[in-house]
Amino acid sequence: MSGLFLAILGAAFATFMAGIGSSIGVGKAGVAAAGVLAEEPSLFSKVLILMLLPATQGIYGLLVAFLTLSAVGVIGEPVGTISVAKGALYLAACLPIAFSGLISAVHQGKCSVAGINTVSKKPDQMGKALIIPAMVETYAILALLISILAINGIKPLAI
Amino acid sequence: MAILQMQRINIYALTKHCKGIIEALQRAGVMQVEKLEVEDSVFYKEDTSSQQASYKRNAVTLANAAEILSSYVTCKKSLFASLMGRKVLSKEEYYKRLDDYSTVLQSAYSIIRNHKKISENKAKIINYQSKIESLRPWENLDVPLTSTTTNYTTTVIGSFPERFDYESLRLAIAHADSDLEHFDLEIISSDDNQTCVFAVCLTKDYERFMAALRKNGFILPAFSADVSASEEIGRLNEKIKRRKTLSQKCVDEIIAQKDLMEDLNFFEDYFTMKAEQYAQLENLSYSPHTFVMTGYVTKKDGEKLAQLLFSQYDAQVELEDAQGDDVPVVLSNSRFTEPVEGVVASYSPPNRKELDPTGVMAIFYYIFFGLMFSDAGYGLVMALACGIAIKVFKNMETGLKKSLKMFFWCGVSTFIWGLLFGSFFGDAVSVISKTFFGVDAPAIPGLSVPIWFNPTEGAGPTKLLMFSFLLGIIHLFAGLILQAVNYIRSGKVLYAIYDDLSWMLLVGGAALALLSTEMLASMAGFMLPSVWLTVGGIMALVGAVLILFFSARNKNPFKRFIKGAYNLYGVTGYLSDILSYSRLLALGLATGVVAQVFNQLGAMFGGGLIGAIGFTIVFVVGHTLNIGINALGAYVHTNRLQFVEFFGKFYEGGGREFKPYSVKTKYFNIKEEI
Repeated sequence: MSGLFLAILGAAFATFMAGIGSSIGVGKAGVAAAGVLAEEPSLFSKVLILMLLPATQGIYGLLVAFLTLSAVGVIGEPVGTISVAKGALYLAACLPIAFSGLISAVHQGKCSVAGINTVSKKPDQMGKALIIPAMVETYAILALLISILAINGIKPLAI
Repeated sequence: MAILQMQRINIYALTKHCKGIIEALQRAGVMQVEKLEVEDSVFYKEDTSSQQASYKRNAVTLANAAEILSSYVTCKKSLFASLMGRKVLSKEEYYKRLDDYSTVLQSAYSIIRNHKKISENKAKIINYQSKIESLRPWENLDVPLTSTTTNYTTTVIGSFPERFDYESLRLAIAHADSDLEHFDLEIISSDDNQTCVFAVCLTKDYERFMAALRKNGFILPAFSADVSASEEIGRLNEKIKRRKTLSQKCVDEIIAQKDLMEDLNFFEDYFTMKAEQYAQLENLSYSPHTFVMTGYVTKKDGEKLAQLLFSQYDAQVELEDAQGDDVPVVLSNSRFTEPVEGVVASYSPPNRKELDPTGVMAIFYYIFFGLMFSDAGYGLVMALACGIAIKVFKNMETGLKKSLKMFFWCGVSTFIWGLLFGSFFGDAVSVISKTFFGVDAPAIPGLSVPIWFNPTEGAGPTKLLMFSFLLGIIHLFAGLILQAVNYIRSGKVLYAIYDDLSWMLLVGGAALALLSTEMLASMAGFMLPSVWLTVGGIMALVGAVLILFFSARNKNPFKRFIKGAYNLYGVTGYLSDILSYSRLLALGLATGVVAQVFNQLGAMFGGGLIGAIGFTIVFVVGHTLNIGINALGAYVHTNRLQFVEFFGKFYEGGGREFKPYSVKTKYFNIKEEI
């Protein structure tokens, strides 16, 4: 097993797990949004914003995967062989956003559904409905931060 | 950055001017009318609910008519319709348009009537069509469907619920009653679900014959007609044709009204306004010849409104400065900070005892948004789009205008942060020059090289993380200072020391002390001299002691100490608050890195013409997507930092929003300057 494989496995985890989470979250919110639109088409822009909130985790996952891929030279400038230890480190660095992204996106999706319900009844409460799902996202952001810092820190290590 | 002084306004006038005053106040839109509970031997209230209901009904009628009309006539609706705002009418234009009152209402009724007719016709046509469908199997029968008798025979017409041919049907009947001989039958039509049969039998055998047939599931047809089936189908088709012409006539009549759209909208607004006027009339108190009303105006409008009412309607107006918690709140801010008033209002307007946080918040709002979005190109796009929209669409609704102004300033801030970090559509400048010109980009400060530092490379992330925490601490301290000012304004100077200075000492001291230790120094990239460890430690200690002994206000010293200790535990809250600002870095990086991803994807097409086309497509689509998703993220998380971390430190809110009685319409805005 080469180090490169481990690093790409990490990138894959980050992308598909966070992506799964976002798909579930956005999917749930999308169902609710479509329901509201049947009654109130004028709320389209508002429910669209709420629906997109859980989409960010997928992007964070993509971002971490991209950083990993460019760190191991799969895209951009080549960096030479990656040792198994280093590859394993990259894999570990990808895990925070993979798991946190998956679970937080699912739960953020639930909050978005509730927010869409709020907006359908009281469109002027958009500001508050937006903040509640954002609370959940905090933990995806923290995970993203750790993943980024870790990848950045692993790069110069000589192992 | 202030809460405006409000005035209580009392208006006394003759009842004959009542309508005029109510209309003028609505157009002026500066006064919040309050319910006046004066009812005695002289003053009485009036119930206007029936008038309100009738005006509302008319408004609904016109809205329906407009909706029907728009479903028959395609009206061009601009892409920017939501930016256009309502059309402004002067008072004179408004009164001139009112002349068409009855004709427009008549037309609206006729549109609705015609629409009703059309749907009735549609229902009828469907009814006829289903009749035709059920007649189809009988089309080959050339006698009427009603059975007749001759002297000795009786005809039987009906169907079986399965497929039979002549042989098998005879067999089935013989099976049911083997003695039956004298009958004849003819299969009109047959399919898997039904076999239609015409039969003749002897009248004396009729009962037996029917019994034999019924054993096989025979049923009589559900309809009868005195003509043959094919003739009946012809008749029905004729009817359908007639209904269709009728419908077409109604459609034509509706389409003929296509120029009426604007009038329909105008009168819908008119009736909405009327209903609102009558609703306000309930807040008044009347005597036989006069009435009195009360409410709030801002101080700057009060005098002008009094002038207007006195000169036009001989009204006596009393103004006095309003005090107390129940007075509605109006904020007033500079052009730079005013746009975020909407964000404050969406949390809760400030109560009358506290400072308006808008000014301080606006500065942090723009900084944080810019830092999270941090791309010069994106900032430029955003600022330009908002700026142009504000310039082009003059009639835009105030709320929307405020939001666009806010995003304009956010865009400017984004632009500046982008230059500092050297991000212009990500690393577009260097990617383009490398891919298409084969050279390294010239070092243009802000566009290809950062003015300050690049947060995506090397020690960049940790540096920006430290900077984010620093901004966070400043933000939190700003909140504490605002709370201190609120305390001092209400004469509680000691509270400001116990609750605010204490925390600033503790948090600030701890930060200083930590920065002079090895642990954090390696992250921050610098280390304070060790004297700061002592200074910071002492500051933190003083702060902690203040919190422990004074932050609780119990008389009982023991309880006070316990509660103080609990308050001191709140330091963990400060820790998580400060860490929360790490999102400034994370979202900033997200924007930058995703932008770089799209640039790299675009560059994969290589150089040359095809490469240029591919790059352009990927560039436009990718960056549009990135702007959308990251602007949303920056907006939401800036709000969060303000609402949770910042407001959590000092803000009470709960003020009553000033809701002036004004023209609340959909299409037209009737204005009268006061």
